[in-house]
Amino acid sequence: MTTIWTCVALTALTSFAIKATGPVILGSRPLPSRARGVIALLAPALLAGLVISDILGPHWSSANAPLALGVLTAAAGRTTGLPTPACITAAVIVTAVARAVL
Amino acid sequence: MIDDIRTGLRRSAGLAGSTFVLGLTFGALARAHGWGLGAPVVASLAIFSGSAQFALLTVLAGGGAAWTAVASAALINLRFFPMALSAGPALRGGRTRRAVEAQTVVDGSWVLAHQGEGRFNRGVLFGSALAQWPAWVTGTILGVVLAPSSRLLNATGLDVVFPAFFALLLFDEVRRARSARIAAAGAAIITAALLLALPAGPALLAGAAAALLGLRHTKTEHS
Repeated sequence: MTTIWTCVALTALTSFAIKATGPVILGSRPLPSRARGVIALLAPALLAGLVISDILGPHWSSANAPLALGVLTAAAGRTTGLPTPACITAAVIVTAVARAVL
Repeated sequence: MIDDIRTGLRRSAGLAGSTFVLGLTFGALARAHGWGLGAPVVASLAIFSGSAQFALLTVLAGGGAAWTAVASAALINLRFFPMALSAGPALRGGRTRRAVEAQTVVDGSWVLAHQGEGRFNRGVLFGSALAQWPAWVTGTILGVVLAPSSRLLNATGLDVVFPAFFALLLFDEVRRARSARIAAAGAAIITAALLLALPAGPALLAGAAAALLGLRHTKTEHS
């Protein structure tokens, strides 16, 4: 149990430092325009990576069709103009049904 | 500022729901792996990062050393360095206050607060974090207390909530520009390939480097 508490404390401190370092060093100075360009594209790149990582898992260990179907359902819902809660609800239903059927 | 915080709270409602479910999953799994009642809740209060906490849990549950578990969580959270750095100009106050305000940077809040061209809305950032943090902690507490099985969570399809929400945010991002679509496609391919050999943290970081691919096309769009 001591190991768990130590890991939690160290991870909390590390996370705090990772987020705090940049803003503390940079202050209120704006980023150079080139850096802003990269950061603007970090959002779609990071989101794509997170979606893939969530669907596949480490070493593709949790790759499964129902989860992918659910994500595709949410995206399809967005193309038809559905609001976020409706898209998410549809994704949950499709994933659950696909798991029951497949 | 108050209006921006309200906007952040409102736009994060869906994300807060998925954060709650993920917190519930984390609490249930941590309890099942002998973390007890207090450690999972303190972890969610102090770390506030699902990916890092799941990495910590996974490594320790797999018999990994403490330093490996902390290093894995840190690697996953390294993505917050450039994210917080980019949001830095929107934050206020001296060094201590900036360090504290930077803690509101999480995946969802950072994306929602991004106004384009590397500019961020401080109020939306705070509002989004204000919606997600209590949801994450409350979900963890419920997960620890109720301890539902991961089989039940899977059967109800609730594990799709997080990737589905990220997919929706991604959809809105890539609609804006071709360079965003190229960056997203590059990141998806790189992350998928690297996940075969690396943990999620380094794979995500390397995948995010695909932003540089999109940057070349940004120049084309502007010229």
